[in-house]
Amino acid sequence: MTEQAFIELDRVEKVFDVRKKTGFMKRERRQVRAVDSISFGVARGEMVGYIGPNGAGKSTTIKMLTGILTPSGGRLRVAGIDPSRERTRLAHRIGVVFGQRTTLWWDLPLIDSYKLMHRMYRIPDARYAENLDRCVELLELGALLDVPVRQLSLGQRMRGDIAAALLHDPEVLYLDEPTIGLDVISKAKVREFLRELNAERGTTVLLTTHDLQDIEQLCSRVMVIDHGRLMYDGPLTGLHEAGESERTLVVDLERELPPIEVPDARVVKVEGPRQWLAFPASESAAPLVARIAAEYPMVDLSVREPDIEAVIAKMYAEQAEKAAS
Amino acid sequence: MGAGRLYAAVAAGGFRRYATYRAATLAGVFTNTVFGVVLVYTYLALWDERPHLGGYDQAQAVTYVWLGQCLYATLAIQGGGFEKDLMERIRTGDIAVDLYRPADLQLWWLASDFGRALFQMLGRGVIPFLFGSLFFRMALPTDVTSWAALLVALLLAVLVSFGIRYLAAMSVFWLMDGTGVNQAMMILGIFCSGMVLPLNAFPGVLGDIVRALPWAAQIQMPADVLMGKTDPLHAYAFQAVWAVALLAAGRLMQSAATRRVVVQGG
Amino acid sequence: MTLRHPGDGELPRWREGLRAYGLIAAMWIRSSMAYRASFVITVVGNLLVTGLDFVTILLMFSQVHSLGGWSLPEVAFLYGLSATAFGISDLVLGSMDVLGARIRDGSFDTLLVRPAPVLAQIGADRFALRRLGRITQGGLVLGYALLHIDVNWTVGKLLLVPMMLICGAAIFGALFVVGAAFQILAQDAAEVQNAFTYGGNTLLSYPPAVFGKDFVRGVTFMLPLAFVNWVPASYVLGRPYPLDLPAGAAFASPLVALAFCALAGLAWRAGLKSYRSTGS
Repeated sequence: MTEQAFIELDRVEKVFDVRKKTGFMKRERRQVRAVDSISFGVARGEMVGYIGPNGAGKSTTIKMLTGILTPSGGRLRVAGIDPSRERTRLAHRIGVVFGQRTTLWWDLPLIDSYKLMHRMYRIPDARYAENLDRCVELLELGALLDVPVRQLSLGQRMRGDIAAALLHDPEVLYLDEPTIGLDVISKAKVREFLRELNAERGTTVLLTTHDLQDIEQLCSRVMVIDHGRLMYDGPLTGLHEAGESERTLVVDLERELPPIEVPDARVVKVEGPRQWLAFPASESAAPLVARIAAEYPMVDLSVREPDIEAVIAKMYAEQAEKAAS
Repeated sequence: MGAGRLYAAVAAGGFRRYATYRAATLAGVFTNTVFGVVLVYTYLALWDERPHLGGYDQAQAVTYVWLGQCLYATLAIQGGGFEKDLMERIRTGDIAVDLYRPADLQLWWLASDFGRALFQMLGRGVIPFLFGSLFFRMALPTDVTSWAALLVALLLAVLVSFGIRYLAAMSVFWLMDGTGVNQAMMILGIFCSGMVLPLNAFPGVLGDIVRALPWAAQIQMPADVLMGKTDPLHAYAFQAVWAVALLAAGRLMQSAATRRVVVQGG
Repeated sequence: MTLRHPGDGELPRWREGLRAYGLIAAMWIRSSMAYRASFVITVVGNLLVTGLDFVTILLMFSQVHSLGGWSLPEVAFLYGLSATAFGISDLVLGSMDVLGARIRDGSFDTLLVRPAPVLAQIGADRFALRRLGRITQGGLVLGYALLHIDVNWTVGKLLLVPMMLICGAAIFGALFVVGAAFQILAQDAAEVQNAFTYGGNTLLSYPPAVFGKDFVRGVTFMLPLAFVNWVPASYVLGRPYPLDLPAGAAFASPLVALAFCALAGLAWRAGLKSYRSTGS
C-alpha cells in the first residue's frame, strides 16, 4: 500500500469480562476475546464485506471503528482519528446504518428526521439540499417524506435510514446487516444505490451481512472473521480456494447408468439419468466435460458454483480440525 | 381439572416473568426501603403531635408504613401490572385472538396477575418489611391466627386490586387509549389506598368516603386485620363485596366489549 | 483532497451539548404533539400526581398544627423549594431512567455515533413538557409559603430563594446523572435512581427535625441533599441549622452543587468508558 490506509487496524483486541452463573449464588468470571488481534487496512473508496457467524466479533469490530466501544488493545485509526478518543469529531466523517434499529423519529414525518440531521451535523444548506435530492431520487423516497416513520414498511424505513446516514457526506459508511428482513425488490434497490454511491462519490463502504448475495453483488473484497480472528482477507474468488471448495458438474445422460468413473471427480448423487459430480473449484471444467462426453452418452450439462455459505462452513470446519490435532 | 391446570400454568408464567428481572427487583427492594424509612420518620412526627391518630399508636403507624411498602408492588398500587399488556392488546386488536381462545379472558389474566403478585410479595415486599421490623418498633402479633387472618385479607386484596385494574383495561375498548385511565388509576391508587396516609387518619367526610371505596380493601383492611384493629370477618366481608362487584362489572364490560369486537369483525 | 468538516472544534463542548439538547428536545415535543389528547391528559395527570405529595402534607395538617415544630407555611416553604427545584431538574434530565432500556434494546449505540455529547442526547431523550406540571404546582405552593411565612427579609435572605431553586435543581440534576452512570453498569436498576431523586424530594418536603440525627448527617455530608433547601431555608426562617454547621453554611449551596456536579460528571465519564454495548 503506497497511500496510508483510510481505515487501519493493528492487532486490535476487545476483551469482555463475562460473569456467568454457575450455581446458586455462585458466579464465575471469565474473559472473552470478542476480537482477538485483528489487523487490516481499508483504502479510500474500497467496498468491503465483513462476514462471519453470529458472535464472531463483526459487530464488536464495527462498534470499535465507530467509537462506540473502546479497544482493549492494539491501534485503530479511521481517517487518522482514534475513534474512541474523538468520537464526536469522527462522527462528522462517518455514516452508520444499524440494520435492525432505526435512527429515524418514529412519530414524525420522515423529512423531520432529515431536518434534524441537517442541523445536528451543520450541513451547509446547498449541500444538504443536493444530497437530499439525490437520496430521494435514487432511493425513491419522494412519496414517503411526509409520512410518519411508524407507517413505513421495513424496506422503506431501511432506505430512509440509509439516506439519513449519508446527508452529511460521510467518507465512510458502515452498514450492519443492511438488507436483513427486506424483500427482494428492496434488497435490489439498496444494493444498486450502494454501488452507485461507491462508484460516483468514492465513499468507502464496510458492510456486515448474512446475505452472501450482498457480498457477491457489491464487494470486491471479503473479510471473514470467526472467534474474533480474521480467517480470510481477499477477493471473493479466492475465498473458494481458501475453503478448498468444490464445484459441481450436473450431467444428464441418455439413460440410467452406473456412476460415471473419471479421474479428478467423484459422483456425489445419482437421480435417474442425472448425475452430480464434484470437482475442485480451482480446476477448469473443460477437460472433465470433454472426457465424459467422449465416454458417456451425454445429453446436457451444467456447472454449479459453490455455495459461499458452504465454503465458509467448510473453512471453519477445517480450522477447527487443525486446532484439534 | 384441565382448566385448573391451565390457569396454574398461566399463574406460574406470570410469576416467572417477573422473576427474571433480578436487578430490577433488587432496585425495587431498595427503593421501597428508602421510602419506608422516610415515611416512618414523618409518621412518627405526626403521631408525636397527635398520639392515637386514627386509633393507631406509634408502633402501629410504623407497622402500617412497612405493610404499605410490602404491598405497594404486590397490589400494583399505582398500576403497571397485567393491565398495561391487556390494554396494548386491545389497542392493537390482538385481543380478537384472545377472545377465540378456549380460555376465559378474565380468569386468564387473573391467574397471570396472581402469579405476578406472588412474586412481587416474596421477591420485593418481604425484605423491606423485615428491614422495618429489625430497625423500628413495630406492632406485630405473635400468634399464628393473626398472620393467617392477614393471609386471607391479602388474597381478597389481590382480587380487589385485579378487579379495579381489569375495569380500567376494559375501558380501552371504548377509549382506544389507556393513557388517561392509567393516570387516573395511578392518582386514585396512591391516594385512596392510603399509600400517603392511613385512611383511618383522613379527616371528616373525606375519611368516610375513602374508607368506603374499594381501594380501602388494599392496604387499610389487611393492616387492620394484622394488628387486630378490626373484626376480620367484617374486613373480609367488605373486601369480598367489592371483589365480587368489581369482577362482575368487569365481566359485564367484557361481554359488551366482546360483542363490539365481533360486530366490528375483530 | 480535503473536505471541510463543519464542527471540527468550532464550539466548546458544553455549547455543542446545549445546542444538541435543544434540537433533540424540540423533536420530542413535536413527537408528543402527534397524540394531542394524550398530551393534554398527561399534563393534567402530572400536575395531579405530583400534587399528591402536598395533599399529604395538607392532610397531616388537618390533624395537627405543627410537624416537628414547623408550621404549615414553613413546611410549605420547604416543599415549594424542593418541588420546584426537583421539577426543574426533572424537566431537564428526568428521562435519564430510560437509559437502561436504551442500552438493552441497543438504541444507545445510535446516540454514540452522533456528533454531539451523549450526556446532552440522553438528557434530552423523551423530553416532555408535561413535566412542567411539577414545577407549576411546586411554584404555586412556594408562592403561598412566601406570602405566609413570618420572615424579616434581608437582601441575603431574598437572594437565597432563587439560589436554592438553581442549586437545588443542579444537585438533583447531578443525582440524575449519577443514576444514569449507574444504569450503564446495571441496566435493570433504574429504580434505584428513583429512591434518591423522588425519595430525596419527598424527604426534603419535611422539616429536618422530623428525621433521626444520623439520617440527617447522611443527607448532609454523603448526599448533599440538605443544601437543596434544609440548610438555606433554616437560615431564611431564622431557625437553627439541622446540624452544627458554620454560620455561612446557608450560602454554601453553590459550592456544594458545583462540587457534586463535578463528581457526577466524573461518574458519568467512568460509566461511559465501561460501556460494553449489547450483542456480540
